Amino acid sequence: MKENTSASLFPKEQVIESLKQSFVKLNPKVMIKNPIMFTVEVSTVIMLLVTGYSLFDASQGSFGYNLSVFIILFITLLFANFAEAIAEARGKAQADSLRKTREETPAKRIVKDKIEVVTSSQLRKGDIFVCEAGDVIPADGEIIEGLASIDESAITGESAPVIREAGGDKSSVTGGTKVLSDQIKVLVTTQPGESFLDKMIALVEGASRKKTPNEIALTILLAGFTLVFIIVCITLKPFADYSHTVITIASLISLFVCLIPTTIGGLLSAIGIAGMDRALRANVITKSGKAVETAGDIDTLLLDKTGTITIGNRKATKFYCTPTMNMEFHEFIRYCMLSSVSDNTPEGKSIIELAHESNLHMRSLDTTGARMVKFSAETKCSGIDLADGTEIRKGAYEAIRKIVESAGNKFPKETEELVQAISSNGGTPLVVCVNKQVAGVIELQDIIKPGIQERFERLRKMGVKTVMVTGDNPLTAKYIAEKAGVDDFIAEAKPEDKMNYIRREQEAGKLVAMMGDGTNDAPALAQANVGVAMNSGTQAAKEAGNMVDLDNDPTKLIEIVEIGKQLLMTRGTLTTFSIANDVAKYFAIVPALFMVAIPELAALNIMHLHSPESAILSAIIFNAIIIPILIPLALKGVKYKPIGASALLRRNLLIYGFGGILAPFIGIKLIDMIVGLFF
Amino acid sequence: MNTEILGIAIQIILLVVLSYPLGKYIAKVYKGEKCWSDFMTPIENFIYKVCGIDPKEEMGWKKFLKTLLILNAFWFLWGMVLLVIQHLLPLNPDGNGPQTPDQAFNTCISFMVNCNLQHYSGESGLTYFTQLFVIMLFQFITAATGMAAMAGIMKSISLKTTRTIGNFWYFLVRSCTRILLPLSLIVGFILIVQGTPMGFDGKMTIPTLEGGEQTVSQGPTAAIVPIKQLGTNGGGYFGVNSSHPLENPTYLTNMVECWSILIIPMAMVLAFGFYLKRKKLAYSIYGVMLFAFLVGVGINTYQEMNGNPRIDDMGIAQENGAMEGKEIRIGSGDTALWSIVTTVTSNGSVNGMHDSTMPLSGMMEMLNMQINTWFGGVGVGWMNYYTFIIIAVFISGLMVGRTPEFLGKKVEAREMKIATIVALLHPFVILVGTALSSYLYAHNPEFVESEGGWLNNPGFHGLSEMLYEYTSCAANNGSGFEGLGDNTWFWNYTCGLVLILSRFIPIVGQVAIAGLLAEKKFIPESAGTLKTDTVTFGVMTFAVIFIIAALSFFPVHALSTIAEHFSL
Repeated sequence: MKENTSASLFPKEQVIESLKQSFVKLNPKVMIKNPIMFTVEVSTVIMLLVTGYSLFDASQGSFGYNLSVFIILFITLLFANFAEAIAEARGKAQADSLRKTREETPAKRIVKDKIEVVTSSQLRKGDIFVCEAGDVIPADGEIIEGLASIDESAITGESAPVIREAGGDKSSVTGGTKVLSDQIKVLVTTQPGESFLDKMIALVEGASRKKTPNEIALTILLAGFTLVFIIVCITLKPFADYSHTVITIASLISLFVCLIPTTIGGLLSAIGIAGMDRALRANVITKSGKAVETAGDIDTLLLDKTGTITIGNRKATKFYCTPTMNMEFHEFIRYCMLSSVSDNTPEGKSIIELAHESNLHMRSLDTTGARMVKFSAETKCSGIDLADGTEIRKGAYEAIRKIVESAGNKFPKETEELVQAISSNGGTPLVVCVNKQVAGVIELQDIIKPGIQERFERLRKMGVKTVMVTGDNPLTAKYIAEKAGVDDFIAEAKPEDKMNYIRREQEAGKLVAMMGDGTNDAPALAQANVGVAMNSGTQAAKEAGNMVDLDNDPTKLIEIVEIGKQLLMTRGTLTTFSIANDVAKYFAIVPALFMVAIPELAALNIMHLHSPESAILSAIIFNAIIIPILIPLALKGVKYKPIGASALLRRNLLIYGFGGILAPFIGIKLIDMIVGLFF
Repeated sequence: MNTEILGIAIQIILLVVLSYPLGKYIAKVYKGEKCWSDFMTPIENFIYKVCGIDPKEEMGWKKFLKTLLILNAFWFLWGMVLLVIQHLLPLNPDGNGPQTPDQAFNTCISFMVNCNLQHYSGESGLTYFTQLFVIMLFQFITAATGMAAMAGIMKSISLKTTRTIGNFWYFLVRSCTRILLPLSLIVGFILIVQGTPMGFDGKMTIPTLEGGEQTVSQGPTAAIVPIKQLGTNGGGYFGVNSSHPLENPTYLTNMVECWSILIIPMAMVLAFGFYLKRKKLAYSIYGVMLFAFLVGVGINTYQEMNGNPRIDDMGIAQENGAMEGKEIRIGSGDTALWSIVTTVTSNGSVNGMHDSTMPLSGMMEMLNMQINTWFGGVGVGWMNYYTFIIIAVFISGLMVGRTPEFLGKKVEAREMKIATIVALLHPFVILVGTALSSYLYAHNPEFVESEGGWLNNPGFHGLSEMLYEYTSCAANNGSGFEGLGDNTWFWNYTCGLVLILSRFIPIVGQVAIAGLLAEKKFIPESAGTLKTDTVTFGVMTFAVIFIIAALSFFPVHALSTIAEHFSL
């Protein structure tokens, strides 16, 4: 993950802006969206009135005590607002750095076959502009004519230029990237302010942020808890009246604010924003918060073989010399090298590289006067005719066999068996013949990316099934699938195969994620529950998916699933923590409420808190400061460990559940020791 | 003393051991599999035919609930009419008069909701006819209603994706004919052998040892007591319930009656496991419930058998424990056991005076009802636990990094809304009711005086008495701290309201959740799915119940039972 980990969690500018926002967000109209914190705001207003009242009448407790309660509640509100504001600020900062790439740039718009220069903001959907070497592309669009190499480092951080051309799956260009060579004509595909990045920024800033379904359900539960505690606290008044106990408004409100789940209530929206922000840090633009949430639920992951599971191309891994040829092994390798001198494909280069390992080098070859034979679709082989008349050919088994047998030579049985063996091991055999006699075989293998097996193992432990999609024949596909450790594969895959696979999985109730770039991937991207389009992909693909990966990195899906899980886990653990806190708070406040009137209840003061006032103040102080203490956790997310659901629950329950019961006992006692000095 | 503890242990072991085969049998009954009780089929078919029911019709959850509610309304009217004209009906050898309409109203509501709160005394307030055809009938039907609702939920879970949850009538009739009736016959037989009356003769007149004469009520007692216990009903044949020597004559009948209270609720939990072939899940639920139950038994037995420290202070020995309000033939240990058994379930029958139990025992009795899901009423106890599972699943599902699901169904906003309302309702009605009466007591003494003063014990215990009354109503339990003068306009009216709300809102809500979940797509389990059949999840559910249901009552207990305990 290309995450900017070195940056501090709270840069100064962001903190200052967030502090300002903490006050702005006190507006009840904004506050009411979060019912839990809204009740705290109402309580704070009541405490303000009580504090004023206590100036004239001490029946509700001393002015200083009431004022303290008021201030602490007010700070609680600010802390909660700050959590949301800092999450927004971080997301915004991340988005801004991306947005910088698309500041006003001149655009060469084509109007009636003439070029006029306008600013990028004047471009509208459907306009066509031209870009030449050295130009910054002014807007997102699709190449309709030409081919160019483009530097996309501003967005992806990848310095190597990429080729984009009209037609096909590599026709999409992004605003802010730079054309390095050639000329292209581009059709603008988005209105200004409506690009994916703009949408994402709006999402993070809260302007268009909608609560996700899971957030809504959790808010209902938390509102339910809040309602229970409203009842618990309000009914306490008549009970106290019956028992001839005086309960001050300050104490009742303190009990209420402590019991309601303010910790999770205050951090809930920050957690959601931070989830999207983490995705953005991984250079993934999400079109909705729901998509991130869904990513955590993914059961099946469709991955393309090439680029995800294997390094793009096959590599030569072994030379096999045919024994009947009476040829030195070194001699054979030399022929292999000669056959590849003119072969500029990655496979050809890898043969030369492999030969280097046997200490044979290009300069030792004498190719003066030689004639290069290029690969053609007709002959299905390539090679070289040396000056001395030696003909060397290299190619697929069928092609070489034809050459050998048409010359009246026999194709050795051993070689045939060898070819079979290599194929069934997932390799590709290339047969080399010298003067129309079989000299040996070069084995090419798909190279599985280092570390990918561990990642699949990790996914399996998460309960995610991985499916490899490849154009290879089933035999090769099966071999690679087993070697890489994927659970299933689709061989000889056509675009509709992907679609059908997704449908089948979904019918069985599973959620499917896939990544794609081509236009023919679009239906599958739309069908998948999480569809990640590559930024280099076509516009159609990007529209169809619900995320766009700026890095064009096919392994990104794995990270996205973890980000989704982290988001949900953070919500769950902080809810547990918040609710578990109540146990200690009951034991801090309930005895404090009644100890004076009913001295016997001092037995419930198991923490031995100093006095009723100090007990109540300590409890609400703890309740307030726990919010900023947990902000880093909310922003960074609870660490996900793929150890299976049951072990994960046990672990989180121990840390956040049991810890949530224990922590306030310790915290409140410590605070009380300090507060006790004043009361 | 040791024999008392041995007796308690034997009763608990008998419960646990016998709940297993019974649970297996209940699952078979609801699945409609072949079993020994198939000889009942002609009788059931006759019932279906007479009532014009098609037992094979598959109902959606809305229709299922509508049928349930209409049935309850019908029997309510039936009971009202019979009680008001009972003096005109046969089987009334003692010549008892009719119930007044408001009393009949209260009786019908309380029996219809399986609560059996009694503001009359069976000896004088009913005739043999209404004992049998109102009280006993209701005790069968309401118990079967709860069981049928649970059967519907079980069926909805067992089908992968469905719009229907089974036939209410089918479950209802089978609950009566194949579970409640056979068990009642066995228990009834033991009671008759042990001396419980069964006949239609009027009061007996017997000479007492002092040479005077006493009239003793009798009647078809042995027919009614078994279903009173087995259906978690609790409404006694006689006014003093199972502490009456004819309703509960011997230590053996006491054991059998106590066993009868808990056996079906226990078996229902296991039946859930057998029905769904998810035995492990059932064991973990059963384990949590049994743990909570044993904690209660431990506390109450300790409290009651050790006697009252105030009496110790007077220098009076209490070898038998705190014997105030207890029967000698039963003893303090067994009364303590019964007090827990009857409150964890929504039974409410008593074999001693709960008002006289020690403060912490009283707290446990109330807490059991305030939580209302440790085995609970037949069918409905498990359904309450189901609500808490939904909440626990929601939180712990998130903790493992997935949007929450229970048994392959996603739990979303709509289900959460219903579960929250159901979980909220219970503390709401109890606390608001008690707060209202406390407020009136503190601020409007004239009104309370006009109602007879309500409390016999002011102070901490007075608050306990009021709290107990609403708790018992909300849990549809029906027992009481009888020191409260509750047969007044205020208590009849507010309790009636609480009774109806807390019986039908949860049933409707829980069946609705099951119905809504059933309609959703089934998601197969994977390694990332939260396992609900583990000890960890059991602990999680227990914690959720403890924090939401029990701790909400901590402040009020601090002012009542706990304050009383510490001032002993």
